[in-house]
Amino acid sequence: MDKMSRVTTGLSSNAVSGRTMFCHLDAPANAISVCRDATQVVVAGRNIFKIYTLEEEQFVEKLNLRVGRKPSLNFSCADVMWHQGDENLLATAATNGAVVTWNLGKPSRNKQDQLFTEHKRTVNKVCFHPTETYMLLSGSQDGFMKCFDLRKKESVSTFSGQSESVRDVQFSMKDFTFAASFENGNVQLWDIRRPDRYERMFTAHTGPVFCCDWHPDDRGWLATGGRDKMVKVWDMTTNRAKEIYCVQTIASVARVKWRPEKKFHLATCSMMVDHNIYVWDVRRPFIPFATFEEHKDVTTGIVWRNQHDPYCLLSGSKDSTLYQHMFKDATRPVDKANPEGLCFGLQGDLAFAAKESLISSDTNRKPFPGGDRRYPIFFFKKSDPTEQFAHVSSALSVFETNLDCNRMDSFVKTAQLYLLSGKPFAELCDHNAKVARELRRPQVSTTWTMLRIMFSDPANLTTSGLNHSLSKLGSLPLMNSFSMKEIGLGTESRLERSKGESRQDNIHLEPGNSYISNNNEENEETEGSEGQAEYMFGDAELDDDDLYSMEHDNQTEEQEYTLPQEAFQLRHEIMDNPSAPEHLQQDKSDSPHVSGSEAEVTCLTPIESFSLISISQPLYCPDLPASFFCPIVREMLSYYAEKGDVQMAVSVLIVLGDRIRKEIDDLTQEHWYTSYIDLLQRFKLWNVSNEVIKLSTCSAITCLNQTSTTLHINCSNCKRPMSNKGWICDRCHQCASVCAVCHHVVKGLFVWCQGCSHGGHLEHMMNWLKSSPHCPAGCGHLCEYT
Amino acid sequence: MEVQDQESLGRWDGLCSRDISSRTEAMENICEEVMRKVEAIGPMPALDPSSPASGSLPGSDLNDILAHLLMLSRRCPFEDVRRQCVRLLQGIQDLGVRIPRPLGNGPSRFIPEKEILHISKVDTRTRSIFEDAFAALGRLDNISLVMGFHPQYLESFLRTQHYLLQMDGPLALHYRHYIGIMAAARHQCSYLVNLHVNDFLQVGGDPKWLNGLNEAPQKLQQLGELNKILAHRPWLLTKEHIEGLLKAEEHSWSLAELIHAVVLLTHYHSLASFTFGCGITPEIHCDGGHTFRPPSLSQYCVCDIANGNGHLNHHDDWLGNQVMDGSDMSGEVEVLMERMKHLQECRDDEEASQEEMATRFEREKTESMLVVTAEDEECVPSRDISRHFEDPSYGYKDFSRRGEHVPTFRAQDYSWEDHGYSLVNRLYPDVGQMLDEKFQMAYNLTYNTMATHKDVDTSMLRRAIWNYIHCMFGIRYDDYDYGEINQLLDRSFKIYIKTMVCSPEKTTKRMYESFWRQFQHSEKVHVNLLLMEARMQAELLYALRAITRYMT
Repeated sequence: MDKMSRVTTGLSSNAVSGRTMFCHLDAPANAISVCRDATQVVVAGRNIFKIYTLEEEQFVEKLNLRVGRKPSLNFSCADVMWHQGDENLLATAATNGAVVTWNLGKPSRNKQDQLFTEHKRTVNKVCFHPTETYMLLSGSQDGFMKCFDLRKKESVSTFSGQSESVRDVQFSMKDFTFAASFENGNVQLWDIRRPDRYERMFTAHTGPVFCCDWHPDDRGWLATGGRDKMVKVWDMTTNRAKEIYCVQTIASVARVKWRPEKKFHLATCSMMVDHNIYVWDVRRPFIPFATFEEHKDVTTGIVWRNQHDPYCLLSGSKDSTLYQHMFKDATRPVDKANPEGLCFGLQGDLAFAAKESLISSDTNRKPFPGGDRRYPIFFFKKSDPTEQFAHVSSALSVFETNLDCNRMDSFVKTAQLYLLSGKPFAELCDHNAKVARELRRPQVSTTWTMLRIMFSDPANLTTSGLNHSLSKLGSLPLMNSFSMKEIGLGTESRLERSKGESRQDNIHLEPGNSYISNNNEENEETEGSEGQAEYMFGDAELDDDDLYSMEHDNQTEEQEYTLPQEAFQLRHEIMDNPSAPEHLQQDKSDSPHVSGSEAEVTCLTPIESFSLISISQPLYCPDLPASFFCPIVREMLSYYAEKGDVQMAVSVLIVLGDRIRKEIDDLTQEHWYTSYIDLLQRFKLWNVSNEVIKLSTCSAITCLNQTSTTLHINCSNCKRPMSNKGWICDRCHQCASVCAVCHHVVKGLFVWCQGCSHGGHLEHMMNWLKSSPHCPAGCGHLCEYT
Repeated sequence: MEVQDQESLGRWDGLCSRDISSRTEAMENICEEVMRKVEAIGPMPALDPSSPASGSLPGSDLNDILAHLLMLSRRCPFEDVRRQCVRLLQGIQDLGVRIPRPLGNGPSRFIPEKEILHISKVDTRTRSIFEDAFAALGRLDNISLVMGFHPQYLESFLRTQHYLLQMDGPLALHYRHYIGIMAAARHQCSYLVNLHVNDFLQVGGDPKWLNGLNEAPQKLQQLGELNKILAHRPWLLTKEHIEGLLKAEEHSWSLAELIHAVVLLTHYHSLASFTFGCGITPEIHCDGGHTFRPPSLSQYCVCDIANGNGHLNHHDDWLGNQVMDGSDMSGEVEVLMERMKHLQECRDDEEASQEEMATRFEREKTESMLVVTAEDEECVPSRDISRHFEDPSYGYKDFSRRGEHVPTFRAQDYSWEDHGYSLVNRLYPDVGQMLDEKFQMAYNLTYNTMATHKDVDTSMLRRAIWNYIHCMFGIRYDDYDYGEINQLLDRSFKIYIKTMVCSPEKTTKRMYESFWRQFQHSEKVHVNLLLMEARMQAELLYALRAITRYMT
């Protein structure tokens, strides 16, 4: 006898009726079956055929039926069944097409009783009649079912399905009917006494039907499972088989077994990929009632241990284990499922469903004006509380949108107005800043401006030597050529100093200072009231300079006030003096330290936060490469995204393009893009969303608009699908899409009325419906073009 | 140059239209352009009519167009296009320009041209299929023409191929064609390589990749190993191979991509078998299809693409001394039918013992190897098997040689219907369904005829062929008596099957002719379809099983 390892698990402590346990088999199992009194189980597979007794704590191997010197294919079982009346009688279906019966009462080691080799192909299934002792049914790959009388040496009748291979045969509980399921998706009902033709046939699944099972109590119900991943329950009492329940699983269904004593429960296991056993309540097809997750490879056989005990399930698997699952150890997916539901309505209303207890405990919540509607989702009459789905009743609350805080309007507008490409970088930023400002989102607006400054061209000039000389050249003429307004100059020099980059600058500053002081006086004399204010600020600033307090912090504060004024000054200057623009222009493009002024020049309405930028830029930018800002920008984008403004994150990402793309990992980018695109599509901003998809650099995103670009249409004449060109049918050779207005074939955009399905060229239809409300085809339908 | 390619692409597009007026229009444009080019090069063509290097001359562009016109004049399913192409070519010839002539006789070297359905004489259904194919690709390839014997199958085949190459899928278009090239190159099938080199370039593939696999992206290079094993010894495929592909950091494949690639690889391996098995000739407009170039292999060394450097050992044509005993073939069909009948009747009374059944498979497996390998042995006297494992250029090695190490694949434990289908359809939606239909179509196709006899149930014969091929790949059906194979398939047929499936490049016309002499060509093509699909399924089963094992 083979060595056998027995392991029991300690999942349950001291149960009365057994515990979850398993034992290792020597080989993968194909099928299992229990004897009537539920004390023994037989396991059959290609290389295994054994009987185990079920003891309280463990499986004990009782008998190995694989005997004989040479392994015969008759032992290679596809299916096994223990007779439900005679506990010495077993039947197996062999992969070589043999049907074998075994008599455990035989004294010899070889228990093989009878051998039927009538099938030409693999036998997929054997089934004893539940009450007729000698009746055995088999279903084979060759498309035949055979009924054997065990007292005779040959089959007594053969049933030809006339379709493909038979995958399962099951006797109905009480009468002489049996169901057979086929590889081509059909299920047939036969009367065992009438082998000439089936009583009924219907198509149950697309693709093979791997299994079927009659309901143990309700004789009219048949459950079928197929390769199409569905379990269907059919009511066979009516004239036409009626599908009454359907459960969608995640993999093809290999076995299905009704749960004893529970009218609506059934257990399934799958053929591929998924190793779990599920118990479903067919009325709740979306979530399994219970799951057994012990197996490591696909489960091949499941059987309820006792026909009256719904808590104990046995299973065999390709991973060479035999399990006894106790219901109390099952996983309950419903416990892990989120019991709260949340949904937005069309108008921004929010519906929220949660457990009643949760809602009622919260007294602050205002109920829905129409009354706090409560929907008891599920209710069980049966009393066993541990067995059924938790008694859940939920409360549904609906919250109406407060129109004032409707933030999404600005989202839509922003999405529509933002420019993401097509212009130089700086212009894009300016445009977007303007959009944001107009929508009263100053922070966003500021961010755009800031970005522009950080990443604009001048900032890319990194050679510091060049910077020096340029700044020198740039500033000197400014000071010399015309009497610069004191504050403009003042800041300029101060800025240079704040950079603290070279001695030259500092030296250079001294005369600047003197000029400034001079100019201050001049200014006082020459300028009008406007100058007054400037003077005030300028003065303060000069004080600072005089005091040599050059801490950056200090200056920052200072400039919040001064710089806007400066901007005015400079602009004013430009208009005054025709020679100035040249210098400024030059400065703008060449000298980084003036680019700050540029910002102010272009910005017409300086707002408060604006000054922040003007400082930060000249303070840090000139000798810093744009990449210096990348970490900050990255943080900023993450901040926006975290805050929920993924729009900003994505827009900036697109506008900045290569400047920032490498800084952010692809997954995050993809995540942002998908969120934004999802949002856009919810608001039906298809154009914008497509633009975003197009402009994105993530491969996962760009491929979005390359999928499902096929539109399947049927010919309007013969109603058959058109495979080739959209406008001529292969089969009836008619032009399918003819314009109702001009009667020519439409090869491009075809627009049609959804009411009467007439249509034609987009342009023609538009024109027509402008002048007439009726369908151009003359069908009398009142078409509407929106 | 590329711009020109683009331009010429658009030029032919109009001809694919089903609308006669747009075809006419496109044809007129082409006429104009050709005439312009002819005038431009004026005296050129007279210069050097025999030069094979005309590809480098300025006229090469024109030559390509003329070759294409020639192809259209023969292969276009639209009669008006054919007629106009002929007229145009004649007109050009009258101007003193040398026009190309097609090489070879028809689409197949093995089947006389007159046997194959002529493009102008097909029934409406076949025509519609041809037109579909032409519209999709701008050509009607020789494979389709030969498959035209079996329009039902052809439809399913083209639909699948079209989906694999052109429709939504995990892989980029140029990747798909490149994988096709890799797979075909494995069998040195220059026909398919040429075809897909063109397609590859058309969809914007990088020409550099064509210099060899090591010029292609790392990701594709990694596929080389899988390609090699699948093509020649699929039973050696393990989940470690799959893991290696899926976990290669930035070069790793996704499961969906891998399934796509596997389906493509197996598709082209088996298509290469068909190509050689039916002696498909080069396309008229491709290299070797017309007289502008010598009828040799393409400029791309196929071996390079397959494995970087290696060359398969070219054995002498061992068939020379392997030809049939020449016994009387006259009653061949009748004998075969008699045997089938006998088997059918005897099955019930004559019960073979289980042990006998079990050994029959082994015997058939071993014998199938002996069919060919006796000569193999002579050619390579000292064979060190372990060396072959490392040799990147290894070819088919008989399954039974290492039968001890590789357990038999039991069809009942991992079948296409139950397992393979679910896996493919899960990862590459719809393809499982299409392949399923294609397999069933090939397996179930029958006209109930054998040679001149009608109303014959050929299912037994078809099953024998199918199972014999799976047997060569070590796949065993428990419910099949492999003794039947010996009864139904004679030696010359086995040689043909074995060669075509295992090393298709060695198929010769003599082999094709020496089996089933009395059968019709359409029936031989039918056999080829069976072989092709059975091989594809065998390879797929091994690949999918490895993937399943990786997933569990």
